[in-house]
Amino acid sequence: MTDDRIASTPSRIPDPWQDLRQLTRARIGLGRTGNALKTDDVLDFQASHAQARDAVHTPLNIEALTGSLGNEPYYCVQSRAPDRSTYLRRPDLGRRLDPEAAATLPKGDWNVVFVAADGLSSFATQQSALPLFRTMQAWLSDWTVAPLVIATQARVALGDEIAVTLGARMVVMMIGERPGLSVADSMGVYLTYAPYVGCPDSSRNCLSNIHPHGMTVPAAAVKLSWLMREATHLKLTGVGLKDAAPETAALENSKTLLEKDNDQ
Amino acid sequence: MAYGCTLRGEHYTFGDLKTLMAKASPARSGDELAGLSASSDAQRIAARYALADLPLSTFLHETLIPYEADDVTRLIMDTYDGQAFSPVASLTVGGFRDWLLSDEATSETLSSIAAGITPEMAAAVSKIMRNQDLMTVSRKIRVITKFRNTIGLEGCLATRLQPNHPTDDLKGIAASTLDGLLRGMGDAVIGINPATDSVSNGLALLEMLDHARQRYDIPTQTCVLTHVTNTIEIMNRGGAVDLVFQSIAGTQKANEGFGVSLGILKEAYEAALALNRGTLGNNVMYFETGQGAALSAEAHHGVDQQTVEARAYAVARAYNPLLVNTVVGFIGPEYLYDGKQIIRAALEDHFCAKLLGVPMGCDACYTNHAEADQDDMDNLMVLLGAAGITFLIGVPGADDIMLNYQSLSFHDLLSLRKLLNLKPAPEFAGWLERMGLYDARHDRVLDIPPGQTLLGQMVR
Repeated sequence: MTDDRIASTPSRIPDPWQDLRQLTRARIGLGRTGNALKTDDVLDFQASHAQARDAVHTPLNIEALTGSLGNEPYYCVQSRAPDRSTYLRRPDLGRRLDPEAAATLPKGDWNVVFVAADGLSSFATQQSALPLFRTMQAWLSDWTVAPLVIATQARVALGDEIAVTLGARMVVMMIGERPGLSVADSMGVYLTYAPYVGCPDSSRNCLSNIHPHGMTVPAAAVKLSWLMREATHLKLTGVGLKDAAPETAALENSKTLLEKDNDQ
Repeated sequence: MAYGCTLRGEHYTFGDLKTLMAKASPARSGDELAGLSASSDAQRIAARYALADLPLSTFLHETLIPYEADDVTRLIMDTYDGQAFSPVASLTVGGFRDWLLSDEATSETLSSIAAGITPEMAAAVSKIMRNQDLMTVSRKIRVITKFRNTIGLEGCLATRLQPNHPTDDLKGIAASTLDGLLRGMGDAVIGINPATDSVSNGLALLEMLDHARQRYDIPTQTCVLTHVTNTIEIMNRGGAVDLVFQSIAGTQKANEGFGVSLGILKEAYEAALALNRGTLGNNVMYFETGQGAALSAEAHHGVDQQTVEARAYAVARAYNPLLVNTVVGFIGPEYLYDGKQIIRAALEDHFCAKLLGVPMGCDACYTNHAEADQDDMDNLMVLLGAAGITFLIGVPGADDIMLNYQSLSFHDLLSLRKLLNLKPAPEFAGWLERMGLYDARHDRVLDIPPGQTLLGQMVR
């Protein structure tokens, strides 16, 4: 047994950093061996990074999603990015439908279409997309809701082309957010009214940070339904809708999209 | 004007100067995304041959982005110093590389030509330089700046302590700041990226940092990296502004995307100078840059991302900054795909900035969707350290919990100082020693628990 292991077993000397760690989730007060980090801290960091990378690179389990849908109709589409490596290099391809996939979407007349998209964390979509869709379906009984679309190698703007192809007047894009070291399963929801290909990000509203330790699915559903009803009323989404929003707790986590969020 | 080269029996032509520059650039995803990169490795090398034969003075006659269309081009052309350029005026780009690496190009000579070098010249020569060339030349260049301490001395490596918090919680930030100071960090700046970009929030954060600095008499400077217009308003309200921060880019349109103009930067610069808060010097600006910013704002004018980035350094040097750093891996894999591309870009950015006389540091970092990890950052920090980087950024445990990306840890920076025998800024090292945190004889930051130091009272 090494000295390190002895040092890391519980001792009677209180860790002076323990109180300070209540103040922040930052990795403060990490021990030193020489100048370097201790083994446990190195491995803990690597485990978090591995989880974040797996969230990016693990394919969305489509069978599991469709299995949960039972007999309900659904569509599966992919973007023009054929694989993850291309997807990461070419966000432009992730924003456009593969032409063959587009041909499988029949033109209809819908109030809204929901899209479950892998984005940058399939873990997030796997976990939260269907529960949110189910909740919204129940609450939107007076709406015509298109069958769920499951989209892979997808960026946020892929939803625009899906909505146009299906004939939906509004699109709700449920998409995995770029994973951080502490949260790898965070989902974002982007609402766009009257979307079109090339639609600017400033005309979307976004709910972010949807995961078990952030915004819960029921909380997101409350906010999303408010946004959707207001969007129908105002016939717009984006900055105009955000400006019209009352200063209520219902919207405290909603935001309009900024340029730097483009990597979605 | 078209350029051409015959390489091993095949003739390649390049329609104009910016195409030649882009095709000569080492491969990276951002240029591929923009449709600017070489279509084959052979074409890339043919472009480098053609570029190497080009007289350096070409860049004085031919602009990549028209003078009339862009205020950064106008800044570059209007402030160019012909006298400073004269020692290298007759060289080709290839000849310039050889000259830079020669013993003739001493620290003094390199300083004296800086005002005569345009960003496009720096970018051009960097494209025909290997990584070791970029490091060797950078290492010879000294850019020294001062505010409350001296940044950029030979044998020193300064650090920015970055104590970010997702809700800007003052005690949370103080706890991270304490951690960094105990590890000997923060001589370049103690700088917070605020989660909320507002005047009132900026004022509160600055007051907290300034109070801590004064209480412990720390010979360093503090900064809240809020938008320059917020900082101007904070100064108007009497806030404790040491350094004015702004993200900048290499074209007028990209800067407009950041909500800044050269006029706003000048206004902020003059306001900060008038506060006269520096004790050793009056370098009052802090800029961040990064390859890909202009492309992401659709403001690159068909110029490759490394060349546009170098143009940002012309903007920076116009305001005599204390600190500038490239946030090299932050932008994501669509601009710099993997560790190799991130490392190359960081070395290019450091070289070009130093050649132009800019005090260049680096945030050696990556996001979770890039093909990079902490081993790549280890490599990069050692290469930058060897190249004489002005400062590096340190975050508790290398994990920025507000911006969700990974940089270097305080431990990494201590290891680097030890590996390369680099010291903190001298005034800061003296303070660490007075606080009982530093063994100057062995150049070693001691491992002291917070309760056993005066600093431990900081988080209250």
